[in-house]
Amino acid sequence: MNVRSQISMVFHLDKCIGCHTCSIACKNIWTDRNGTEYMWWNNVETKPGTGYPTAWEDQNKYNGGWAADGSRLRLKSTSKTQTVFNIFHNPSMPTMDDYYEPWTYDYQHLFNAPEGPDQPTARPISMVTGEPINVESGPNWDDDLSGSPIYAANDPNLAGLSEEEKAQLSAIERLVFFYFPRICNHCLNPACVASCPSGALYKRGEDGIVLLDQTRCRAWRACISACPYKKVFFNWSTGKSEKCILCFPRVETGQAPACFHSCVGRIRYLGVLLYDAGGIERMARLPEEELVEAQRSLVLDPTDPQVIAAARKSGIHDAVIESAQRSPVYKFVKEWKLALPPHVEFRTFPMLFYVPPLAPVMANRGATGVENVSQDLFHDIDTARVPMRFLANLFGAGHEGKVRYTLRKQKAVRWYRRALTVGDVGVDLAERMLREADSNVEEAEAIYRLTSLCTVDDRYVIPPMYREEAIEMMRDPLEHKQGVGFGLLRGPRRGM
Amino acid sequence: MTNLATYFDQLLFVALPYVAFFVFFLVSITRYHWRGFTYSSLSSQFLENRQHFWGLVPFHYGIIVVLTGHVVAWLIPRQVLWWNDRPLRLYILEISALACGLLTLIGLVSLMLRRLTVSKIRVVTSKLDWVVLLLLLAQVVSGVGTAVLYPWGSSWYAAMAAPYLWSILKLNPDLTYIAAMPPLVKFHIVGAFALILVFPFSRLVHILVIPNPYLWRKPQVARWYRAPGEAAGEPV
Ligand code: HEM
Ligand code: SF4
Repeated sequence: MNVRSQISMVFHLDKCIGCHTCSIACKNIWTDRNGTEYMWWNNVETKPGTGYPTAWEDQNKYNGGWAADGSRLRLKSTSKTQTVFNIFHNPSMPTMDDYYEPWTYDYQHLFNAPEGPDQPTARPISMVTGEPINVESGPNWDDDLSGSPIYAANDPNLAGLSEEEKAQLSAIERLVFFYFPRICNHCLNPACVASCPSGALYKRGEDGIVLLDQTRCRAWRACISACPYKKVFFNWSTGKSEKCILCFPRVETGQAPACFHSCVGRIRYLGVLLYDAGGIERMARLPEEELVEAQRSLVLDPTDPQVIAAARKSGIHDAVIESAQRSPVYKFVKEWKLALPPHVEFRTFPMLFYVPPLAPVMANRGATGVENVSQDLFHDIDTARVPMRFLANLFGAGHEGKVRYTLRKQKAVRWYRRALTVGDVGVDLAERMLREADSNVEEAEAIYRLTSLCTVDDRYVIPPMYREEAIEMMRDPLEHKQGVGFGLLRGPRRGM
Repeated sequence: MTNLATYFDQLLFVALPYVAFFVFFLVSITRYHWRGFTYSSLSSQFLENRQHFWGLVPFHYGIIVVLTGHVVAWLIPRQVLWWNDRPLRLYILEISALACGLLTLIGLVSLMLRRLTVSKIRVVTSKLDWVVLLLLLAQVVSGVGTAVLYPWGSSWYAAMAAPYLWSILKLNPDLTYIAAMPPLVKFHIVGAFALILVFPFSRLVHILVIPNPYLWRKPQVARWYRAPGEAAGEPV
């Protein structure tokens, strides 16, 4: 057992209100520079919808992630040989048009325009060329546009849905949708890292955060195509790739990443998972329907004495093990099995997990007015407005079993709480539902608390990283005293 | 007159190469050390994808073959001369070299047109980029011109230019062969030194950092502040 520790995440989609506060927090801190205007390390998508960059989930178009050919795991977009021949021109490279051309407005014109018969306007100006542009799309162009035949109809997750299921998604004034916030998943088997010819991308050994070494990046741009989530971005100005750094300077000082910290819906959870690094490759080769379970099996029980002993042996600090024992992510992913990896079929083993939404709408407009789909208090999950198959395409590699499991459990917890707080449902009925959903009263209480009553300390269990000690072992802290510090001492600039 | 010519020859074929190589090594190394960040291929594919293919690919395939040819003929001139002993082999070599030169030229012209016409690409084009591209254009045109006008280049390069380049390396410059070269060939040689001179300041440094370790390393990369397992005294 080769135990490693990974800072992992859970997003609870039923709580996301789609306010984009996370995206703005991130943008203000990290991507407000020249060349990064178009990047959204954190973005929030409307589902069904095409997302950002457009239709990123369609790997026939983008070639991201891994393919398992028999006993081999290979990147779809590149290989050792292909790197040699494709290094000059990457055939799977998305371009700015797949994202959008960033723009601002010519506000000065409002002040400087000569006097005339019309009000002056502030025209949109490209932030790349500085020339006026016609704005035709943006990073969030299909926000709340589920149901639209232009955007939502192109969602790759609609593959395999029956006409009836598709109609179900756009019934009642076309109002069914949910939000899907995304950051880099800091994967266990990152395609970006494996594709980088320069070895500039790496996973931090101590906490699993995936970083891109700016001084080693040479703009061969293999990572851009390899990441199936399209979460490595190309800075066209500096000629370097950039990506989400999980706010490591914040995490190292005990603060949650900015997108977590600012999350209005409190949907985000952060904590340590211990995992077995030795099993990754074997697990990543399994057939699609086994992948969710395979990834779960890599996650180790931090209270198991054997795991603790092995973790200590691989140099994991006791404080990190203790933090893993309190990890909310462990509960959601492994104990309760409520949270699922997005598109596990890309085989990167994303370490950001989602609790799929138990979408609320239960009524339909019929001939006589509004009719309930179900006579039950909470609708039957199989007649939910978001078809199970759609969620399965997103969170179960197309297989419904794992998704049905989490939705049933979530529903049972709601019944149970309804029985306790309102009392119009029998407690025995609620308890029976819990049993049928593979749960029990204690677990339901715990799920309820961590979902609805969670404090900041419940949501973010950040392990101490002892970075200061680690750095002292490598460098003499006095060496740079009264100097200018260390690291990049010049602003990142194109060319010499 | 002859005095003046010798003087220029000394300047261009003795002083210039030494200055160029000295600057090349000094600046490349110090730049790598102090400004490592600036070593990048500065790709512009993200901003324009279609013309990119038709420029960058032919240019690189062409120039890499041609440059490799120059280096090989410099390293093993005798074997090249032996190869050229048979007319058929000579024709094969000359025709492929010329084809690669033309490929380079086509690629270079189309990537220059791209830099000129696509507005997004103009934003990421510096003056130095133009210096490099124009020098390359002059170099490729004079190279292709030499190949056409003065056959058989592969033979006389091995017999006359290679010894000169070796003499430079051995710090004992010998201009016997060079002095008699036609102006076009002289121009081509001087162009090469000029390129070596601007090389370390320009985007050309990307050639120094081609990522060969990728071919041998394991796919996944982890970096540790400490060696894994170090705390327990047992590296994993
Ligand atoms: C040896 C292996 C080489 C590799 C792997 C390589 C790779 C690259 C790459 C990735 C780019 C950026 C392309 C883009 O815009 O996306 C580039 C550009 C360029 N390379 Fe190379 N290159 C090599 C050799 C050379 C050589 C030998 C020369 C010429 C002496 C050269 C001259 C250039 C120039 C001038 C550009 C800029 C083209 C433009 O204006 O867009 N390269 N190279
Ligand atoms: S999601 Fe993050 S870690 Fe995974 S492949 Fe993409 S950039 Fe790499």
